[in-house]
Amino acid sequence: MRHTLSVLVEDEPGVLSRVAGLFSGRGFNIESLNVAPTLEKGTSLMTIVTEGDEQIIEQIIKQLRKLITVIKVVDMNTVRTVEREMILIKVNAQNSSRAEILRIVDIFRCKVVDVSIAEMTIEATGNTEKLSALISLLQKFGIKEIARTGIVAMKRSMQLI
Amino acid sequence: MKMKGARILLECLKQEGVEVIFGFPGGAVIDIYHELPNYPIKHYLVRHEQAAVHAADGYSRATGKVGVVLVTSGPGATNTVTGIATAYMDSIPLVVFTGQVPRMLIGNDAFQEVDIVGITRPCTKHNYLVKDLSQLPRIIKEAFYIAKSGRPGPVLVDLPKDIMASVIKPEYPKSVHLRSYNPHYQPNLKQVKKALELILNAKRPLIFAGGGVIASSAHEELTWLARELKIPVTATLMGLGSFPGNDPLWLGMLGMHGTYVANMAVNHADVILAVGVRFDDRVTGRVDTFAPSAKIIHVDIDPTSIRKNVQVDIPIVADCKEALMTLKNELITIKKKKDISDNYESWRDKITAWNEAHPLTYVKSDEVIKPQFVIEKLYELTGGDAIITTEVGQNQMWAAQHFRYLRPRTLLSSGGLGTMGYGFPAAIGAQIAYPDKLVVDIAGDGSIQMNIQELATAVWYNLPVKIIILNNSYLGMVRQWQELFYNRNYSSTHLEYNPDFVKIAEAYGAEGYRATKPDEVEDVLKRALSSEKTCVVEMVIEKEENVYPMVPAGASLSEMLLV
Ligand SMILES: Cc1ncc(C[n+]2csc(CCOP(=O)(O)OP(=O)(O)O)c2C)c(N)n1
Ligand SMILES: [Mg+2]
Repeated sequence: MRHTLSVLVEDEPGVLSRVAGLFSGRGFNIESLNVAPTLEKGTSLMTIVTEGDEQIIEQIIKQLRKLITVIKVVDMNTVRTVEREMILIKVNAQNSSRAEILRIVDIFRCKVVDVSIAEMTIEATGNTEKLSALISLLQKFGIKEIARTGIVAMKRSMQLI
Repeated sequence: MKMKGARILLECLKQEGVEVIFGFPGGAVIDIYHELPNYPIKHYLVRHEQAAVHAADGYSRATGKVGVVLVTSGPGATNTVTGIATAYMDSIPLVVFTGQVPRMLIGNDAFQEVDIVGITRPCTKHNYLVKDLSQLPRIIKEAFYIAKSGRPGPVLVDLPKDIMASVIKPEYPKSVHLRSYNPHYQPNLKQVKKALELILNAKRPLIFAGGGVIASSAHEELTWLARELKIPVTATLMGLGSFPGNDPLWLGMLGMHGTYVANMAVNHADVILAVGVRFDDRVTGRVDTFAPSAKIIHVDIDPTSIRKNVQVDIPIVADCKEALMTLKNELITIKKKKDISDNYESWRDKITAWNEAHPLTYVKSDEVIKPQFVIEKLYELTGGDAIITTEVGQNQMWAAQHFRYLRPRTLLSSGGLGTMGYGFPAAIGAQIAYPDKLVVDIAGDGSIQMNIQELATAVWYNLPVKIIILNNSYLGMVRQWQELFYNRNYSSTHLEYNPDFVKIAEAYGAEGYRATKPDEVEDVLKRALSSEKTCVVEMVIEKEENVYPMVPAGASLSEMLLV
């Protein structure tokens, strides 16, 4: 199963390679990895999307916790979360197809961030399903390039019913 | 008072109580070596940096203290890697200091620059590159704390040369603050109670001890528990010595070269109390058939050990000693309330029968020296009162099987990594820790040549280490696999040319002995053991002797090849 892990780490040189090395060295896979500083000075948050059965996910979490520079690991699959990813898609956009592309952009509430005679670059944010749907709709125009940030996730606040 | 980095380093080591360093100098650490003679720390100069690490490792295994190593940058640093990985696999606390090129040159492919922090990341518990002299005291304090706390392991500290030469007024921290590292020592009481209940209700219980028992000094508690409840005990290679090898409850080692009785006991046990073990594949055999009818209680300080290889019924994440003490106290409390009868008698009878059916044995000979006979004689002559180190291969397994380890820290052997060349430098480290004890390296003719240069170290420091080379003119363990599983295709395992080991010993200033016939063994051993010098004893043994029992790799523990 796919799991999203939030890993709070000490922001020091080598920490990324410790985490990445742990995954490669033990044969765990990384689907996506996102790292950025947090509010607290000196710490960074890594959001790692990985895949494995229960036992493997348990090992991954324990092995991460064992790293001296890892402060906290949360398996986001065990809590209610908001998960988002941003994507940039460069798509073929001849005159004939522009209108249709713009309609899709509209429906998915994305933005056109760059245009040329033959291409358009679209910025979209969403969860994995939404982005896959968008990609598949744009496919028929010919996608030239894709860049994505990887998922970031956050625990939802306590909800008042 | 302002001080040079090199002195701050040594000051910190003094504060950590370091008495002994193993090392080898070079340009990047020359400032440290320059100051070293002014400190009450004895430095042992080895002949190869790998040996420095193994010696520190042997010193640590023999004493429980942190072993300390100092080497230069580049090749000095890379030469330590095998030693570090060896210590990492067996959870041995070391702090390894490597020199590094000056900070301004880092990343420039400078002379003797290597990214040793990057290289050793996967084989250290943690490592540091010191980038600022003011942080050095904190880093050293953390390094020692991390090395010896929790599940112990090696820590590397990389020291740029310019930092060692620069000057500041140091501030020494009193304690360590690491918010991301808090090893968990105390067991969960509920889990311990459940475990005890399971054991008391068992019909065929078995205690299975590993290196964690020795690391946490839990041998007394373990022995008490086994004897109190009359539960048979087996152990991994790393656990030998955690329970007296001459006790009637002792079954011998389990696993690939374990005894018949130990492996049968694992196969039939209904409850296994596994303490300080990690269920390595050499121990479990085919893992899905391991202990098929047993509920497993697993005590270990490292949460990653639990459920890594086998499913566990009652996990207890704790220091082995703390867990066993809690178990002991619980048992005493229960005993005050009610009588606990001995329910395991028929189980022990079964075990006795297995042991009688297939005891640990070998085909004896009057013509050619059998390696098992040499080890038996060694045990007989020493009464078990020795620190034994081993190389790797058949020699290691014979040493594990045929010598009886009566106390913890009396067998020092590279279990996890299986490093040929470990035993002799480890013996040097152990002998330095205990100058008056008998320290014997049981070696193979192949392995000993991987660090034979350390004869110079042993002789120079008057260390009366005894090396017993079981010379079969083969890389015997590999040959054994070739014989059994590769149609006797002895590809590159015949050491057709070996040097004259007696002459080598003599050339280095050690004593050399040789026995070629069984009736010479005892006399030669006696002479070497009573000598006050470094001795090399070559035993010319049966060339194609095999280690039995043997569970072929990937087979179940019940599928043993016997003598
Ligand atoms: C550094 C290293 N290289 C290779 C091996 C693989 N290996 C395991 S046992 C063995 C044979 C060792 O030969 P020897 O020291 O003569 O011991 P014997 O098995 O003959 O007793 C080898 C090559 C190893 N364990 N370590
Ligand atoms: Mg050999």
